[in-house]
Amino acid sequence: MDQILVDITLILDSTVRLAVPLILASLAGLYSERSGIIDIGLEGKLLAGAFAAAAMSAVTGSAWLGLLAGIGAALVFSGIHGLASINFKGNQTISGVALNFLAAGLTTFLGQSWFRRGGYTPQLSGDQRFNPITLPFAEELRDVPVLGQIYGELISGHNIITYVAFIAVPVTAWVLFRSRFGLRLRAVGENPKAIDTAGISVTRLRYQALIITAVLVGIGGAYLSIAQSAGFNNNMSAGRGYIALAALIFAKWRPGPALLVCLMFGFLDAVQFRIQGQVFPIIGEVPVQAIQALPYILTVVLLAGFIGRAVAPKAIGVPYTKER
Amino acid sequence: MTGLNPTNEQRSSGAAASALAIELVGINKHFGPVHANKDIHLAVKRGTVHGIVGENGAGKSTLMSILYGFYTADSGTIHVDGVAHKITDSRHALALGIGMVHQHFMLVDNFTVLENVVLGAEDSALLTPTLNRARGHLKDLARDYGLDIDPDAIVGNLSVGQQQRVEILKALYRGAETLILDEPTGVLTPAEADHLFRILGKLRAEGKTIILITHKLREIMAITDEVSVMRQGEMVETLPTAETSPEHLAELMVGRRVLLRVEKGAAKPGKVLLEVENLVVTDDFGTPRVKGVNFQVRAGEIVGIAGVAGNGQSELLESISGMRDQKSGTIRVHGNALKISGDDGADRARSAGLAHVPEDRLRMGLVTKFNAWENAILGYQDSYGEGPALDISAARDAAREYMKKFDVRPADLDLKTANFSGGNQQKLVLAREMERDPEVLIVGQPTRGVDIGAIEFIHNQIIKMRDAGKAILLVSVELDEIRSLSDRILVIFDGQIVGEADPATADETELGLRMTGSHADNVETDPGTLPEHETPVDQTLVEMSPKDNSGRDTN
Repeated sequence: MDQILVDITLILDSTVRLAVPLILASLAGLYSERSGIIDIGLEGKLLAGAFAAAAMSAVTGSAWLGLLAGIGAALVFSGIHGLASINFKGNQTISGVALNFLAAGLTTFLGQSWFRRGGYTPQLSGDQRFNPITLPFAEELRDVPVLGQIYGELISGHNIITYVAFIAVPVTAWVLFRSRFGLRLRAVGENPKAIDTAGISVTRLRYQALIITAVLVGIGGAYLSIAQSAGFNNNMSAGRGYIALAALIFAKWRPGPALLVCLMFGFLDAVQFRIQGQVFPIIGEVPVQAIQALPYILTVVLLAGFIGRAVAPKAIGVPYTKER
Repeated sequence: MTGLNPTNEQRSSGAAASALAIELVGINKHFGPVHANKDIHLAVKRGTVHGIVGENGAGKSTLMSILYGFYTADSGTIHVDGVAHKITDSRHALALGIGMVHQHFMLVDNFTVLENVVLGAEDSALLTPTLNRARGHLKDLARDYGLDIDPDAIVGNLSVGQQQRVEILKALYRGAETLILDEPTGVLTPAEADHLFRILGKLRAEGKTIILITHKLREIMAITDEVSVMRQGEMVETLPTAETSPEHLAELMVGRRVLLRVEKGAAKPGKVLLEVENLVVTDDFGTPRVKGVNFQVRAGEIVGIAGVAGNGQSELLESISGMRDQKSGTIRVHGNALKISGDDGADRARSAGLAHVPEDRLRMGLVTKFNAWENAILGYQDSYGEGPALDISAARDAAREYMKKFDVRPADLDLKTANFSGGNQQKLVLAREMERDPEVLIVGQPTRGVDIGAIEFIHNQIIKMRDAGKAILLVSVELDEIRSLSDRILVIFDGQIVGEADPATADETELGLRMTGSHADNVETDPGTLPEHETPVDQTLVEMSPKDNSGRDTN
């Protein structure tokens, strides 16, 4: 009985860890897409953020400077995306995909030329990373059955970014549905003309959204390289940006459901780690690659089954032009 | 948010200095090579309804967009309450008390009425207190101007007329003293239009200034105090409405004398060319929309189908032209039954000698991204060239001839069709269908969204077809058009032909009643209209309705 509880707690614990970058990237995408700008470039921003954070942290020795660098890199990428899709009214998907390629190539290239470790940054340790925080009373409550276990293992003992990610969900919900900015953000993604004729700059509003997007996804990237891992390695985002986008679409561009979907994907990922190497009845041992593919296969299945009901912000992907 | 809602005291002190609410002086605006506004002068008196008429592309909407700060003029000044202002954006215009109700509504469909009204004029960064205050304000406005609407309704679920009221509320909520309405009745049903004019009357009575842009002369005559006429980017004349007439205005708009009445000789009906028997047609959801219709159209006559939009006319047209399968019944062209089912129905109808000018040229009549010559042969492309090859030069020759004969302007074969005005697009469709020399021509809404000058031309072409011995079936929601063109009128209501009338003797009121399914001795009040208001416009409106309820501007 106890062992089962421990197993479950461990799986849930790693669910949380794996879900954090998805949550941050999903919320990031939410701001961008609610403002009417497709953000397929989440993946690239996540990767660029991860690299910049690890590189800065390795050089300066400060995780906080690393975090800032991660946000900064994401801001640069967001800025390019904004320039292409808001000012030059280009195709947002193409701009995003281009940024993804740019991030993949640039991080490897810069990593190799700066650190000469085949694209890896040096191993980070101590203050170069965000370390687990033990919440108050976690130790004292450890002996309380079940609750102590949950509090001590599941809730306590994560790094600061994890808590930021979970707090960002209700904050985003509040901003979106209870603030003036949120009203305008939702409006500009549905009908930018309504915003323009109300005397508000569509361009400015969309850039504001992109800035928030960059900050969140930059934090997500930093999480990958200087909180979850101890350094950057090639293509370490591994499609998480895409999955976050899928989660966002699943959640119909709403923060609460987005959290749940991200947790579900995190859970699938956690289970995948647990069942690697296990021998199943009848099937026998399943190749690692097949198990690793499981979350992605489920993503495709779920998306194919549910996406038909998701209604995107109406003006998404359409550059705004004052027409004659 | 302080700049957005200047108090009434501030504004009325300005108003005392001048009776002019708005004065535009020497406005010029270019779009690339197009000179959309040429040295425009316009003075609008406070507390009046000022009409601006002109054909599509005359520059009315551009001028108003400049006043509203949506565009910036190349030169010229704008005076509001006698003070010169440089209006840089819509926010500035709103702050000066200028509100605009756009032709295509600027609303967010999945927001509530309340959210739409406060959008951009929120008085705090928090939404809940803003919405609560706005709710109270909205209640006052609803009471004062008869703009009753549920503040929590989702805008996308409202009727077009209600959405328009939300737009008006939006402007009033922002403290608008001058209200610009751009083609407000284009999308309204007659009842909704009547309601709108009652609201406008009420606004005028409360001292608001209204600028009404339209190309419908009857609306100008019915409600405006003064009217300005624009033509090809220039302001032609401003005169008191009482001293003018529709004929005079039409002449000013087009720049030459226009016949508002169609002149035609008596019909000489020959043998029956189109026969419809017990036709039943369902819509896309399987609901019957045409319920057992019988009629005949003879050679050399025009049969008009009158009815309020949505009573089965569209399905009837689509069925006869082979675009929609019939459920039961027979259609005979020249005595041969058309077995119309399957995807090539339209092609078979064409080969049987039937041509079709569809109701919605943008959706069904044209591919707007194609060049003019491509659209001019569309549907008949197989007659140019052998096998899979298209004889482009033959097609272009044909298109050139069509465009010359039907006076399509500009006569540019390679211009994208979307860039033609609504009237010229329609002429292109008519040329394509009429020049094939069909035995039977069915025409839906021939002049929807078409300029006065082009309407005259199109009507004359239809009469010419009739005189050449063709059978013509005409469907229009413009009762005037039906009456002036048709030799016989069939009234359709709820998918059934409920009466036949002779256009020369038919009584307009009686026709109107039949179109709504009632008879003179059994008058039902339209549930769409709200309680009557005591405004002088009402009387004129009785004469006006029913009017166009679906004419869209296709610019």
